[in-house]
Amino acid sequence: MALFSGIALALIVGAVLLGPLLWPVPINEIDFTAKLQGPSWKHPLGTDDLGQDLLARLIYGGRISIAVGVAAMIVAIVVGVLVGAIAGMASGRVDAALMWVTDLFLSLPQLPLLLLVIYLFRDSVKGVLGVEGGAFVLIVAVIGGTRWMSAARLVRAQFLSLREKEFVEAARALGASRVRQVVQHILPNALGPVIVVATIDIAAAIIAESTLSFLGLGFPSDVPTWGSVLRDAKDYLDIAPHWALFPGALIFITVLAINFIGDGLRDALDPRRVL
Amino acid sequence: MAEPLLDIRGLKTWFKTDDGMVRAVDGVDLHIDRGETLGVVGESGCGKTVTARSVLKLIDMPPGRFEEGKILWQGRDLIPLEQDEMNKIRAREIAIIFQEPMTSLNPVYTVGDQIAEVIELHQKLSRKQAMAGAAEMLRLVNIPNPQRRVNDYPHQFSGGMRQRVMIAMALSCQPKLLIADEPTTALDVTIQAQILELMQEMKERFGMAIMLITHAMGVVAETCQRVTVMYAGKVVEEAPVEALFGNPRHPYTQGLIRSIPRVDRAAEKKQRLEAIAGTVPSLLDPPPGCRFASRCKFAMDVCTQAMPPLKEVGPGHYVRCVL
Repeated sequence: MALFSGIALALIVGAVLLGPLLWPVPINEIDFTAKLQGPSWKHPLGTDDLGQDLLARLIYGGRISIAVGVAAMIVAIVVGVLVGAIAGMASGRVDAALMWVTDLFLSLPQLPLLLLVIYLFRDSVKGVLGVEGGAFVLIVAVIGGTRWMSAARLVRAQFLSLREKEFVEAARALGASRVRQVVQHILPNALGPVIVVATIDIAAAIIAESTLSFLGLGFPSDVPTWGSVLRDAKDYLDIAPHWALFPGALIFITVLAINFIGDGLRDALDPRRVL
Repeated sequence: MAEPLLDIRGLKTWFKTDDGMVRAVDGVDLHIDRGETLGVVGESGCGKTVTARSVLKLIDMPPGRFEEGKILWQGRDLIPLEQDEMNKIRAREIAIIFQEPMTSLNPVYTVGDQIAEVIELHQKLSRKQAMAGAAEMLRLVNIPNPQRRVNDYPHQFSGGMRQRVMIAMALSCQPKLLIADEPTTALDVTIQAQILELMQEMKERFGMAIMLITHAMGVVAETCQRVTVMYAGKVVEEAPVEALFGNPRHPYTQGLIRSIPRVDRAAEKKQRLEAIAGTVPSLLDPPPGCRFASRCKFAMDVCTQAMPPLKEVGPGHYVRCVL
């Protein structure tokens, strides 16, 4: 299953990366004579209400969606590992405070928070980084900033057990500094489960970005992402179902494939599995 | 007499727990001279390991705490030293090997990397030189095919081999003192003998001293020049090895020696192994008096009233008993 998913995901990522070379149709070429067409040779995935080519738009949108997913995952994992590592090493009050913050974030309703943050900061960030860059940074920060908690808890739990291991004590006895103990000896041993969480985080971030775009709070509407194409399609569901079907299917397949890969990794990294 | 290599004076390492202070090490004096092997014996929970870890300051503080005493390393007290100063002494001057060879190596690095790490850390060598040093150390500890085995991971080694790797790591910077905390307890008997022999060989090659912590009296008899017997956080007897086995003065030492299993006796007379009745008393609130009194066959009234001092009963032979 994981292998199959890996192939599917590789195909999607490959298509998204190389697509513009193989299908050099501009994403915003308006052609009212060809609007709302179903799949044809000229437009393999059909067109939207402005006659724009859907395949080109989905290829471009896939780049943004996957880039957001990966970037948000990196933010979430970096923050999570930092918080978890500090909590796990410090113990005592620092640990309690950090875990309290983690619990606080876990108990916040995410979607309303995302909406609020984007509503509040969109304009100021746009001013600094430009329309597209601003939207990208803001969305990545917001999604990453609300998804680091599981990684933090995981890393903390790993650290608590690993720092008592004999090999860490042996390193200490042979003169390794505290930083060296953590970076060289504890962290690499804690990474297995973190990698699994990271994969699944990519999928969740893609969904979150699609949701935001669908609600009109993601990228500006002339920039296609899978979510925003889906939003534009919702008003034409009855006469042009292909328009919603393709981006929806892409989100579905990508997320499903990533989740299966995560499961596969979990099985592969499970120490209890008999080789 | 020359200054001893390591001189522990009146060391008290206590641990703060919810129930009160646990006096794990409660006034221990011992010293090790250059190039000698000192055995530290006693049953589980008598403070041997805490003493060893105190020397390298590996005790977690809190809950641990040095209450009193000095640890003089070549005349310099280690207790007030900061962590980074301690790191210069660790491995380079004093190294330690632990009881559990199975878990004392990091599973994600090759053994060569781990030995090289120690060498790099302390000798400022390049990676390549350090790896060559690692292979050389593996050869010294008699691991066959060292050039190839440096690139193997710990799980590819057996328990005895891993303990050899640990010894290689500990000795890679030629320390003056090796603290071996029950190095053979987790290994089977034939491997035990090999490891002890290896330590002996390394000791002669590098001219270092060894502090051998163990509860196996047989191991002590074979390898040590002097022995310190600990009981409940105190030294109860200290003697050259011949004197200790020939003329044990403390009832606890006598008990320990009688509890050595002997194949010949067990087979011939179906004799039961003699054990010391009872267990180590709680170190939470130790009674005044001799700590062994509650288990001692010869206990008298005076034993429970005041702690007997260490008195000299022969050349280099001290005992903490009124008898």
